[in-house]
Amino acid sequence: MRIVLILLLASSMLSYSQDCNSKLSGKVLDLHDGKPLAEALLLVAGTNITAETDSNGRFTINGLCDRSYSIQVAHPSCSTKIFSIDINGTSTRNFKLEHHLEEFNEITVTGKAFKEKSKTINNANISRAEIERLSSGSLGDALSKISGVSSLSTGNAILKPLINGLHSSRVVVVNNGVRMQDQEWGAEHAPNIDINVADNIILIKGAGALQYGGDAIGGVIIAESANAPVKDTLFGKTILSGLSNGQGGTITTRLTKSAKNGLSFALQGTLKRFGDFETPDYILSNTGLFERNASVKVVLNKFNYTLEGYYSIFKNEIGILRASHLGGAQDQVSAIGSDRPLIVDPFTYDINAPKQDVTHHLARVKASKLFDGLGKLSFQYDFQINKRLEFDIRRGDDRDQASLDLRLMTHSLNLDLASDLSESISLKAGILGRFQDNTANPNTGVRRLIPDYKRYDLGIYGIIDYGVSNNLTLEFGGRFDFSHLDVFKFYRTSLWELRNYDDLFPEIVVEEFDNQILTNPKLNYNNASATAGINYTINDTYNLLFNYSLASRAPNPSELFSEGLHHSASRIEIGDLRFTPEVGHKFGMTFKKENSKFNFSISPFINFINDFVLIEPTEVQQTIRGNFQVWEYRQTDARLLGVDFDFSYDFTDHFNFAHQFSLVKGYDRTADKPLINMPPVETKNELVYKNKKIKNLRLALQSQYVFRQNEFPNNNFEVFIPELGSSEIVDVSTPPGAYHLLNFNSSLDFNVNKTSILTIGLGVTNLLDTKYRNYLNRLRYYADDLGRNFLISLKLNY
Amino acid sequence: MKYFKILSLICLSFSLLTACSGDDTPDPVNEEEVITTMTVTLTPDGGGGTAITLKSQDLDGDGPNAPIVTVSEDLLTGVTYNGVIVLLNETENPAVDITVEVKAEDEEHQFFYTVGGGLDATTAYTSFDGDGNNLGTEFTLTAGAVSEGTLTFTLRHEPTKPNTGLGDAGGETDIAVTFNVEIEDL
Repeated sequence: MRIVLILLLASSMLSYSQDCNSKLSGKVLDLHDGKPLAEALLLVAGTNITAETDSNGRFTINGLCDRSYSIQVAHPSCSTKIFSIDINGTSTRNFKLEHHLEEFNEITVTGKAFKEKSKTINNANISRAEIERLSSGSLGDALSKISGVSSLSTGNAILKPLINGLHSSRVVVVNNGVRMQDQEWGAEHAPNIDINVADNIILIKGAGALQYGGDAIGGVIIAESANAPVKDTLFGKTILSGLSNGQGGTITTRLTKSAKNGLSFALQGTLKRFGDFETPDYILSNTGLFERNASVKVVLNKFNYTLEGYYSIFKNEIGILRASHLGGAQDQVSAIGSDRPLIVDPFTYDINAPKQDVTHHLARVKASKLFDGLGKLSFQYDFQINKRLEFDIRRGDDRDQASLDLRLMTHSLNLDLASDLSESISLKAGILGRFQDNTANPNTGVRRLIPDYKRYDLGIYGIIDYGVSNNLTLEFGGRFDFSHLDVFKFYRTSLWELRNYDDLFPEIVVEEFDNQILTNPKLNYNNASATAGINYTINDTYNLLFNYSLASRAPNPSELFSEGLHHSASRIEIGDLRFTPEVGHKFGMTFKKENSKFNFSISPFINFINDFVLIEPTEVQQTIRGNFQVWEYRQTDARLLGVDFDFSYDFTDHFNFAHQFSLVKGYDRTADKPLINMPPVETKNELVYKNKKIKNLRLALQSQYVFRQNEFPNNNFEVFIPELGSSEIVDVSTPPGAYHLLNFNSSLDFNVNKTSILTIGLGVTNLLDTKYRNYLNRLRYYADDLGRNFLISLKLNY
Repeated sequence: MKYFKILSLICLSFSLLTACSGDDTPDPVNEEEVITTMTVTLTPDGGGGTAITLKSQDLDGDGPNAPIVTVSEDLLTGVTYNGVIVLLNETENPAVDITVEVKAEDEEHQFFYTVGGGLDATTAYTSFDGDGNNLGTEFTLTAGAVSEGTLTFTLRHEPTKPNTGLGDAGGETDIAVTFNVEIEDL
């Protein structure tokens, strides 16, 4: 297949000659300060014509025809960009490049400060500096810096990004251009990504970025690593951080070697090790973690084509709070009733059951080439294996055997085109083919939580940006996805009959066993998604964006096939084979002011989701092990409404104040009650002092106030407690109270030698050692959240 | 656009190729740790009289069917019974005796007996773990005056040992079965 591609690429190299005498001249300038850039290289796409700027940034290109051209402009320390230009006789044009040490992966088609993944939805951004400060944390920790993003967590290490109230299968995570397939359906499955691979994280709150999928009802998270500059150099960075809480730390290193011929290698590795974390009052037993990651990237970055290979491995072993592993409703009564967890052991680095052990392999090869008259065509193949082991407290010979052992393998092919149809219209289009194979190891001695299945996806999309005028851009996009699922699922005969599946689906039965039935459901889903939006630049500082996104998401395997006891939640969960795709309509707008001393953005939204899949308790089931609450998935019509507000003010060159406020209200319109697990109202205020003269001193004091969630469904139930001789209410609904946390962060830079900078950072989170519980933490019933944590970090750039 | 078509064909053929892999049906998984059946046999001390059987059977485990709970006959006032508890996993064929595993890990298990609802009865442990703490697969039950109420058997995995009862034992509940029991005149 590669050979065909190479032939295709080669055939387009043939350039054509023609008698043309038009000329283009101008300057290449730094986008930020307008300074001329010397030694910038210009390449006229589809020709052999090149030019280089002089010391004043000037260039001249002769021998052009009177027609439109794509011109690629490259500079060793800038992002390479492609500009469209109409030549008519002697033309003049200045090109602006963004000055950076390293360039980002994808080439932008139009000149913007950073690559926007959606033109009409506000692209929230986490910078490299912020990522480096959070080196010892997770993707969830980093994203929660953005207004409107919180985390649905299971303890302190498993963090699921929650975007405007939505999570799991509704949030797409893209790691280095690859859509992660890491069993993201599970609320206690954190994204399998090392935050240290990213140099930039972009968040799109909504489904508008159709190039990544049409099912991102919640949003899209894009983690990108930087490409090496096109020059002969070797550089690297190492970050070492130590934390008092958990008595552990992280070491991460990246080395990049690049050459002037465009070839570069980057190696990266991270090691994280923590023991038991603690609250202000006690140790959270069995909450340690051990994470090991590595990645390698090889890139050949030529003027009009790029070849890239990338591989990463992520391995994480995470302990789950021992006291959260319960054997039924009567255990829940005593665990919830107790102020402290029922099991508190001395501190240890050992990680015992219950625990998760996940491994994620991700590999991709990508080739892109600029074709004159067509645009940039990219071809990508990626391969992922996700292996998830979950260990419960077990008995006998099964003691060290995982209760859940899933292996998900994914192959994807993408072909994408970015093209300028005219000076004002640009197109992004592509097709996707994906094959997925899930295998559940039958030797666990526990019925499969997720059945064996094969999934086939075919997707096609197109997005058009139309620059109506200098200050008005329209965006339209459409996408269609077809999915086919071929599943082998064992049902308990009792459930199969209770659900009337024996009448509804007799044709899918393959074989009947003693108390189980093997079935072979084959499910097809057709999903259409679309986006339309406006970006109106009022003036240099004010900007107005409006977007409507239609997203459709096929139900995930957990929603379709769950059937049995979920230990970590101490409840029986039951899916439904009959589910249809959920369809979201999100209207969002952003009004913002940028590039001044006083900046703000306000983003209200409303999201109507039809056939929204949610899980809620329906009854209490008696078993020989006692009583369990049964949670069944159902579909309803939901409405999410909210606003994210950001505000910042530079008092002086040194002092900056930033404020964030976010609110979301989720409502189940069918059952006429609030949705569960909606983030409470939250506000953050931060005061930052920076001074370049005092060794780049940075001092930041942050306050985070989280209100109590007052809108929640009542899922409490009663259970008979024999030793009390009475029934007790199990309160699984009432949210914990409001809390306020103070965090402090500081850093200083030291020049070690000409090319090396050492940054020393000191920080404290939960400065006041506040005792609190977080409504969005699934373990909040059993223990407090983390207490004070001192952080020291050393970063060496060399 | 020709390249586009060719490459899309490649993509399609790729997905079709991978579609042709083997289609063997998976094997069923038998739950190894499930306890489907608890039988408590109460034999009058010193022999004589009839043994009483208390049984709870839940053949679909965590499935939707409730356990079937039966008590063979009433207890007799003043009689001391020797109790023996047997746990089975009947989803496997032949059924597996889980009591053996519980006894093998005796330090990590303990049965608790809860007398409730006005039943006049007392219980005492007669089987102990390697450390001499209560295990409770065997016990004695002494029936008091004529009365009726409940008798609950709870098996905890990894409780704190020793303990003073369910309240401070902690651990996880593996079994919790309540029987409605009557004590009648001899």
